[in-house]
Amino acid sequence: MQRLGDFRLPPFFNYPPYFTLQPVRETREKQVQLWKDLILDYCRSQKIYIISLEEDFPLFSNPKIERSLSHEAKEVFLAALVNEGRAEWMDKGHKKCLILWLRIQDWANYILNFVKDNGLEDNVMTVEEIRSGIETRGTELAGIDRGVLMRALKLLEQKGKAAIFKGSSADDEDAKENPAL
Amino acid sequence: MSAAAADWLSSADVTAAGRPVLSAGEVERHLVARADLEPEESPRLAPLRGCLLVLTSHRLIFLHENSRSARALPLAAIVHPYPPHRKHSNNPLRSIFSSSSSSSLSHHPRIRLQISLPPSRSEVVAIVVSGKGDADVFYGRLLEAIRARAWEVTPVVAPAGGASVAQAAPAEEDLAIKMPVVGVSGILRMEQEAWESAGQNLQDAFQDLNALMSKAKEMMELAEKMRQKLLTNSSAQSNSNDEEMGSKQDMQDWLLSVGIVSPVTKETAGALYHQQLSRQLADYIRIPLEKAGGMMALVDVYCLYNRARGTELISPEDLLQACSLWEKFDVPVMLRKFDSGVKVIQTKTHSDDEVFARISSLAQKADALQKGISPSDAAFTLGIAPALAKEHLLNAESIGILCRDVGPDGLRFYINLLNEIDPQNIYLPKTHGLYHTWISVTTASQ
Repeated sequence: MQRLGDFRLPPFFNYPPYFTLQPVRETREKQVQLWKDLILDYCRSQKIYIISLEEDFPLFSNPKIERSLSHEAKEVFLAALVNEGRAEWMDKGHKKCLILWLRIQDWANYILNFVKDNGLEDNVMTVEEIRSGIETRGTELAGIDRGVLMRALKLLEQKGKAAIFKGSSADDEDAKENPAL
Repeated sequence: MSAAAADWLSSADVTAAGRPVLSAGEVERHLVARADLEPEESPRLAPLRGCLLVLTSHRLIFLHENSRSARALPLAAIVHPYPPHRKHSNNPLRSIFSSSSSSSLSHHPRIRLQISLPPSRSEVVAIVVSGKGDADVFYGRLLEAIRARAWEVTPVVAPAGGASVAQAAPAEEDLAIKMPVVGVSGILRMEQEAWESAGQNLQDAFQDLNALMSKAKEMMELAEKMRQKLLTNSSAQSNSNDEEMGSKQDMQDWLLSVGIVSPVTKETAGALYHQQLSRQLADYIRIPLEKAGGMMALVDVYCLYNRARGTELISPEDLLQACSLWEKFDVPVMLRKFDSGVKVIQTKTHSDDEVFARISSLAQKADALQKGISPSDAAFTLGIAPALAKEHLLNAESIGILCRDVGPDGLRFYINLLNEIDPQNIYLPKTHGLYHTWISVTTASQ
């Protein structure tokens, strides 16, 4: 079985037409579906949040069969994710794409469950503690993109399930989760 | 035309596309778009009306295009042709004065013929040229054809299994001392002599173009003779090796494509040129088309048809026009234009499904599963032109049989696996089916 790092690649990764944008509509729909799933799975397993179209991305080329995606193909597949709400363009030129293998809503729920499971209700945690602290080690929250985390926390705040305290400097924000409220 | 009423003339064969079937050595001389045949003396004979009149070196053929039936009057039966007259009456002065008003129906030019019908009946009939077409030109051609007496020249048609009879003839004439044909050596010598005379013919033919033109008929006969000989040989020696058989087959094909004896020309057909060309092409192309699997690129048809015509070449525009006229006739072939603009000729019964099935099975061979197929691979396997093969592949792609790969080797096509993959379970394919086969073939080779 072919691997990319510790990611297990599906057999069709060696199928040359998989890397050529298919012109026939039905075939392309199927191809796009397979790419969307693979991108999300790969990003989730590798904890990748941002794909830059300008830089090499390991998943977008297969040296074994000497095939790689064209720029157009990359944009088509990512745009399909964007349409489904599983990704967002980070700039107007579509050069960088934020991959949401969990949607913001799902992230908010995940944080809530994490807090509940660890008995951290009414605790204050800094954003950095959530991203790289001991408590979140081994969970999906470890190494979470700061922007994604902040949006998930803000969503919780809107629902009244968390509060964000502004620190004196910009990177010193505290979050207090309170699922009881 | 009522078929029963016109029984006083023998019926003539018509091809599927509505062209008269010419006998061996018979050549088309002139066409008149619309003509009637009216008996002038005997009321018992029914007239023929509204026919296409074809003058050949042997016959006058009255072809009724709608019913695709034809009646023929052998030129040999014509005792005397009279020059065209504009009026029923025989007064030459009146015909001169009335020639300016020849547009009226009764003023169509009439060509009277004295004919002898079997057993020994003499009749006078008139050909009334009612459509476009110059009666004088027709009359001139008719006189030429009658004077040439082509029907008296017995065509050299090798009887089946008796090719040596025809071949022996020239050799016997040339030799002052006639050697008896005895035993194997006699046959060998006869063969040698036949080939020497054939070689002489070839040499003469290539001396200059005029000689070639005059030898053209002999060349045709030679080709036919060689074909017959190959046929008898190949049936007699079934134990000869494959390579030899292959070259014989090639030779036969080559000889078969040597020619159309009487090509439609602008000179003979005039205004009917494209229409007649269209019909002749439909008749001619049927067999090559079947051999090519029901579809041929227009370019290939052009080359093949012009080669068959020999010296009377047609222009690409003429060909295209002839092909587009097929829509109007009930012929078994049609012109088809692909999305890419490639034009092909195909039989009406040709179905893409059969081609798709062949492409599909081709793409599922172990080699194709790994490396895909290029248009030239498909062309080679299907025995068709690469441009045509590419059209077939693109068509197969458009209905989801194939999908494309643009790699370092250019455009290639693979059997479409994308539909076979279960998105819920991308790592564990079904233990059967196309995707499974593909995985086992590709992993086995690594």
